[in-house]
Amino acid sequence: MSTKKAVKQTGRKKAATSAKVRAPVRKKPGSPISVTDEIDFMTRAWMMELEAVERYSTLADAMEEHNNPEVTELFRKLSRIEQLHADQILEEHLSKRPPVLPPGGIRWDAGEEGPETADPGELHYRMQPYHALQIALACEQRACQFFTKIARSAKNTAVRKAAREMAAEEAEHVQLVEDWLKRTPKPDPDWDHDPDPPVQSD
Amino acid sequence: MHDKVKAQGGRGVSIALAGSGGAGVMTAGNMLLKAAAQAGWYGLMVRTSGPQIRGGEAAALLRISAEPVECLDDRFDLVIAIDWQNIHRFADELPLDAGSLMVGDPDQGNPPEVLTQRGTRLAQVPIKKMAKAIPGSWPNMIMLGIAAALVGLPLDAVKSVVEAAYGKKKKELLTPNLAAVEAGFASAQTLPAVPQLAAVEPTQTPRWLLTGNQAAGYGALRGGVRFVAGYPITPATEVLEWLSPALTKVGGTLLQAEDELASINMIIGASFGGVPSLTVTAGPGLALMAEALGLAVAAEVPVVVLDVMRGGPSTGIPAKSEQSDVSIALFGLHGDAPHLVIAPNSIADCLGATQWAVHLAEAMQSPAIVLSDQFFGQTQAVVDRPADMHFIGERAKASAPTEAYKRYALTESGVSPMSIPGTPGGAYTADGLTHNERGVPSSQAADHLAQLDKRERKLLRHDYGDYWAEIDGQGEIAVITFGSCTGPVRDALARAAADGIKVRLVSMRLLAPAQPERLSEALRGVKKVLVVEQNHSGQFHRYLRADFDLPGEVRSLRHPGPLPIHAEEIYRKITEWSLM
Amino acid sequence: MSTASVAAAPITAAAFKSAYKPIWCPGCGDYSVLSSITKAFAMLDLRPENVAVVSGIGCSSRIPAYTTCYGFHGVHGRALAAGTGLKVARPDLTVLVAGGDGDGYSIGGNHFLHACRRNVDLTYIVMDNHVYGMTKGQPSPTTEPDWESKLSPGGTGLRTFHPLVVALASGANFIARTFAGDPNGTAQIIADAIRTPGFSFVEILSPCVTLRPEQRGWKEQAHPASVATTSDPAKAARYLMTDDGFNIGVLYKGNRKPYQPPMGKGTKRVADLEAEFSI
Ligand SMILES: Cc1ncc(C[n+]2csc(CCOP(=O)(O)OP(=O)(O)O)c2C)c(N)n1
Ligand code: SF4
Repeated sequence: MSTKKAVKQTGRKKAATSAKVRAPVRKKPGSPISVTDEIDFMTRAWMMELEAVERYSTLADAMEEHNNPEVTELFRKLSRIEQLHADQILEEHLSKRPPVLPPGGIRWDAGEEGPETADPGELHYRMQPYHALQIALACEQRACQFFTKIARSAKNTAVRKAAREMAAEEAEHVQLVEDWLKRTPKPDPDWDHDPDPPVQSD
Repeated sequence: MHDKVKAQGGRGVSIALAGSGGAGVMTAGNMLLKAAAQAGWYGLMVRTSGPQIRGGEAAALLRISAEPVECLDDRFDLVIAIDWQNIHRFADELPLDAGSLMVGDPDQGNPPEVLTQRGTRLAQVPIKKMAKAIPGSWPNMIMLGIAAALVGLPLDAVKSVVEAAYGKKKKELLTPNLAAVEAGFASAQTLPAVPQLAAVEPTQTPRWLLTGNQAAGYGALRGGVRFVAGYPITPATEVLEWLSPALTKVGGTLLQAEDELASINMIIGASFGGVPSLTVTAGPGLALMAEALGLAVAAEVPVVVLDVMRGGPSTGIPAKSEQSDVSIALFGLHGDAPHLVIAPNSIADCLGATQWAVHLAEAMQSPAIVLSDQFFGQTQAVVDRPADMHFIGERAKASAPTEAYKRYALTESGVSPMSIPGTPGGAYTADGLTHNERGVPSSQAADHLAQLDKRERKLLRHDYGDYWAEIDGQGEIAVITFGSCTGPVRDALARAAADGIKVRLVSMRLLAPAQPERLSEALRGVKKVLVVEQNHSGQFHRYLRADFDLPGEVRSLRHPGPLPIHAEEIYRKITEWSLM
Repeated sequence: MSTASVAAAPITAAAFKSAYKPIWCPGCGDYSVLSSITKAFAMLDLRPENVAVVSGIGCSSRIPAYTTCYGFHGVHGRALAAGTGLKVARPDLTVLVAGGDGDGYSIGGNHFLHACRRNVDLTYIVMDNHVYGMTKGQPSPTTEPDWESKLSPGGTGLRTFHPLVVALASGANFIARTFAGDPNGTAQIIADAIRTPGFSFVEILSPCVTLRPEQRGWKEQAHPASVATTSDPAKAARYLMTDDGFNIGVLYKGNRKPYQPPMGKGTKRVADLEAEFSI
């Protein structure tokens, strides 16, 4: 979901700021990482999936708490799918030496999140499955671009090959999500309509 | 609808509209109440919701009646849910029985067991599908139509409210949503019956639709308040939000303070400058103001603090009502610090009581605490336009002070004319230090005693008139209560009266200074006294025991929030007791 | 505890996340802050039982219960005071104080000054959304002067508070700004803040999507600071005074000695004190 389009700007006034719009902190689709060998590369790929698993599950929790069962279910499903991917990578590439997650999660080079990790800032409590799939699509596209970049730039041939394979796989996922989007009803025009005021507390 | 059931007596009909995730039940509830009001009924609406700021589960709880109503009923006739998600979280607030009807959407699953276990009937209407079938319409408008039809509210009344809401600004929304209301209305014709509203004539006398928070804000202005400082806090913020533009219109101003210490000291400063001033808060804020309230007592600076009580202590249950600030309001100040404590006894009375508080504070140059609560503050109600009152804040001012001016002169009434900054010859220092008549700091026993006496005297000698309490009825049993328990007590007494049991009601508006003689007078001949309040420790009961003489046997009926005290509990207690 | 006989597995961020689901609006920046905090704790290999998360009142201040650490959800504006008391009485604990801009700069403004001055070894995180979220949208000290609300029709017209400058002037030893939309970057900075002795202040731009939906655009506005971390307060002051409010990074890192009032050695029994009363 491109928030600018999907989320209506209902604020009374845009923040008055003199700040020039510069590059966002998060440089999509993730800055390249320097990987030493294929194992190192696959470990990164595995961690990337795990980060995505965790994020989708957090998003599902948030939607559940806000009484949006359709999107909750969808994020749970996406989380399960990413878990399958992670398991697959582990089994096919890392079964000999299962890696250990570094504390604090994955250190992507620019300190940013993994390319396949959904941005929690894109959520809206009234969002519809279509929006959630748009988020998923963006994740898959970033992942695909990320691997493509490595496939082009890595020095190690084995890494380049593995990255090509991963990129191909992610491209397939992009296709899958695109198909899924086609089958999913477009959001209602007034999908974020909520006539009631926010609740105040504390 | 099959056989129509007439609503009994003044109880009217009680309706809950529930839904989650932004279903718009509050908006539907507001429209239903407005439609009823315009067609001549009385009513009120309470909001309840989960802790989520957005998208949480929510319910609009309404009671509509041909006669004035001041509280929710003990039970609901009708619950309509757009969905049932997490509605069980407020099952306690939705008492149902075999006579009640639930209307749900079959595509949204079944109601939670807590709601079905009392044998309540369930009817199904595909609310969301129906809305979907009318592009541009919303499920809450279907719900509105169903509710109106079931309780016997004319379709036209609802439609005109929808027209007013969407007709001007959002014309394209009007047609589909009117169609949705009609579809909902039509779908209800085959549903089981619920009690219908008793017929009314269109009103001849003016009525208002407002919350207690708005009423209190208006009362403050009527009393003469022109400066307000406050810090946002649930459930009091709306008073500030209402007052901010209103003050601008009548020639005053409002400041958002950085905290409650600032709010109270700002209004003390403004009032020292001669401008009647008020702040608004809830328990945690009142606690922070306690120090400066002592200053206002000592320096004799009139200020009004409106405390919209919520569940406490500490953050407690912020959006729910509880009468648990009685003790801090009465006794929370340090030192010997007599002051005024006033409690409105209905939503409409939030206006009168606040206006009166401004008047008293100004007349006696004393801080006044007004104890409203979340129920009053945030409930929307249809009320008869309150009568105009002559209570205006008027301060005794030193018009032409001379060199011998004594700011704290020991007058017989205890009130000493106040010189307002800018008045030549009247300069003095308002002081929290114990002072003599001129305001010069003193630690002498005689000065301390004289000033303590004077400040006590001015409150005790004032003639509060009949306004100190609402007193109703006869009988050997009396119920003493205050604030938002007054509504359920009145309902209970009406039920007792129908059984032939006579009960006296004393709803105290002036909590402090205590009026023991007046209460004794009101209770003459009473043998049994029931004290009703909504808190855990019986703060009001203890106060009555300590500072008043209560005749005969005294019992306390109380429980804390968030659940209101129901008329049924009070009625049962009275009938049981009357048989003994 | 006796020395560990088995090498403990490195702790994960997930170990710091409690089972409670936040009440925050989906899209709220505070979700990411929670994730950053848990990551920072894991990076530092802390144990939940040795960490206390102390907060005031507000949406953001709900954070302690969403961690598995010892939590203290106190009263509005007083989190720093409670956190200071805790850290001074229990220097062995890692104390993280967290809250919103209203909580920290308005009602808690005074404590903010003195906490910076006092320089007790704790980390203070402010999830700044330039608004009071919990009470439905009143202006806070960091709200732009022309932002309209019910309480301030036409805007407050007031100059905004500059927490970083105030922190610097008041003596904070570590001053950083991060953006919630960059949770891993934020985690790094929080970890750095915790690691740095003394009072560490981390201002996190955390969008309120409900009351300030335009803050979703902060993604495009946040940018890395163009200067490196300095330990020179004068340099930091000059940079901060011309700051656009969206510079991300550690902007000042001093080397003031943290304040820890001397704890007595406790060589005497309480009863020994009676001696001074005897005649
Ligand atoms: C003494 C006191 N005054 C007022 C309040 C009401 N209150 C609760 S949270 C809050 C402001 C919250 O704003 P902020 O700290 O910016 O946090 P956010 O909700 O935006 O995360 C206020 C005024 C309170 N709880 N206690
Ligand atoms: S109201 Fe704003 S600050 Fe509060 S949870 Fe929602 S988005 Fe976050």
